[in-house]
Amino acid sequence: MNIALEIKNLTKTYGTGTSALSGVSLTVKEGDFFALLGPNGAGKTSIINIITGLVNKSSGEVVIDGISIDDDAPGAKLNVGVVPQEFNFGFFENVLDIVVNQAGYYGVPRHIALPRAKFYLEKLGLGDKLYTQSRMLSGGMKRRLMIARGLVHEPKLLILDEPTAGVDIELRRGMWEFLTELNKNGTTIILTTHYLEEAENLCRSVAIISQGKIVASGSIKDLLSGMDQEAFVFETIERIKENKLESLASFSPVQIDEHTVELVLAKERTLTDAISRLREIGINIKSTRSKSGRLEQYFISQTQKAQ
Amino acid sequence: MKPRAIWTSYYTIVRRELVRLFRIWTQTLLPPVITSSLYFLIFGKFVGSQVAPIDGVTYMQFIVPGLVMMSVITNAFMNTAFSFYSAKFQKTVEEILVSPTPYIVVVIGHITSGVVRGIITAALILLVALFFTPLSIHSMGITFLFVALTAILFSLAGLINGVFANSFDTVAIFPTFVLTPLTYLGGVFYSISMLPPVWQQVSLLNPILYMIDGFRYGVLGISDMPVLLSASVLISMVVILIFVNYYLFKTGRGLRA
Repeated sequence: MNIALEIKNLTKTYGTGTSALSGVSLTVKEGDFFALLGPNGAGKTSIINIITGLVNKSSGEVVIDGISIDDDAPGAKLNVGVVPQEFNFGFFENVLDIVVNQAGYYGVPRHIALPRAKFYLEKLGLGDKLYTQSRMLSGGMKRRLMIARGLVHEPKLLILDEPTAGVDIELRRGMWEFLTELNKNGTTIILTTHYLEEAENLCRSVAIISQGKIVASGSIKDLLSGMDQEAFVFETIERIKENKLESLASFSPVQIDEHTVELVLAKERTLTDAISRLREIGINIKSTRSKSGRLEQYFISQTQKAQ
Repeated sequence: MKPRAIWTSYYTIVRRELVRLFRIWTQTLLPPVITSSLYFLIFGKFVGSQVAPIDGVTYMQFIVPGLVMMSVITNAFMNTAFSFYSAKFQKTVEEILVSPTPYIVVVIGHITSGVVRGIITAALILLVALFFTPLSIHSMGITFLFVALTAILFSLAGLINGVFANSFDTVAIFPTFVLTPLTYLGGVFYSISMLPPVWQQVSLLNPILYMIDGFRYGVLGISDMPVLLSASVLISMVVILIFVNYYLFKTGRGLRA
């Protein structure tokens, strides 16, 4: 399989002396749906800004679809679409102009850009806002406008920097469907998000970055299968007496309230083990759920390790 | 990018800038017309009627080229400086910077809109001048050459200002403290032959003098200096500023971290 993006030993030290990236290397395969995760200030946006030409790298190599940004930056940029974290379009321009102009900057003639822009705006639910000034749009609409703008030149690689931040759940799910369809049609997608459930649902591969370094990367399936432990929350029928939990010490129990307890299952233990042990001490289970998404637990463990 | 794609990119930048220019015409095109009308009325009619002819032309006719150039300089400069700084401020400049548009095309695109604004302003003011005094253009070619070169030069200068500015206040510093004094001292209202010899020599260091003088030759056929010298000074400065702008965009000074 071809490589959509390859980053080798990327470093970035800003003029202020802040080191944002310390030797980041990662590979994104063509057609992948890739999550780039990390806490605030970890270096995600610096990576994206270097790829898209908004920030100069200090050292390292970035190759997009086989083209190094050092050798042919315009050629490399032709294959990339970007949806930034912050709104960066003209507030007094109308929606259609914003998208059509972006196509123009990529060399797409107006007669091709116009129907294409309308198509993507329609697809993203902005068909009735074509001639509305962008400042009049809601936050969710502005995010979708930026997605349409990032797609109008039909890039092979689409980079989304927290595209669903501040977007309500219904709209977020709509965007997920749209991105999944886009990916199925062949567009490689790199997504940064703080909603780890989003990354777990959408992406196949992940890189976790902390303090400017990649601390874990690979397919989400492989990473999660390697998890040492996982926390579950059990809702019980009977009231839990604190002393009863002492016998469950190997599960590191934490009583949340009279009818809720959290247990940590080591890799070799199953959910059935935990339920059996609870039954043994006279506690029956009404329901159970993972404490948080598995990716979220993995993310926390990896970033804590790095710190 | 292929040449056709580069052209599309250039056309998009120019179109977007011109749409902005005409959308806010009351802020861009109307003010120089009003200001110039007041100059013509007060300095040309009221004060000028008391002043003896200069090099065979009335004082009103003498100040027309200077006032036209003053507006061309200010408008070309402010067009690129404000437009580019606003794009930085709103971060819309990122739309272009993430694209494959070559940096020289970004520069030329912005310059084109500054030049268009400069030329439209010049035409409007010349039109207004006709209400106050008869004018017959001495050389259309030289007139146009000096308007175009001056508009190019100050669009380039405005772009540099826009690139380096970090607030709307800093956009205004250069025009207020450098451009306006140099323009007023560049022979808008007088011929340098009227100055004492020392100040005539000092005036020769003012680049705006060459622009106004060359343009005055184009319009009225009179000048203090050889037109070729004035044109050479202008062309040299244009070439230098093109390289400065290209360097700034290529290295990302004021644009990329």
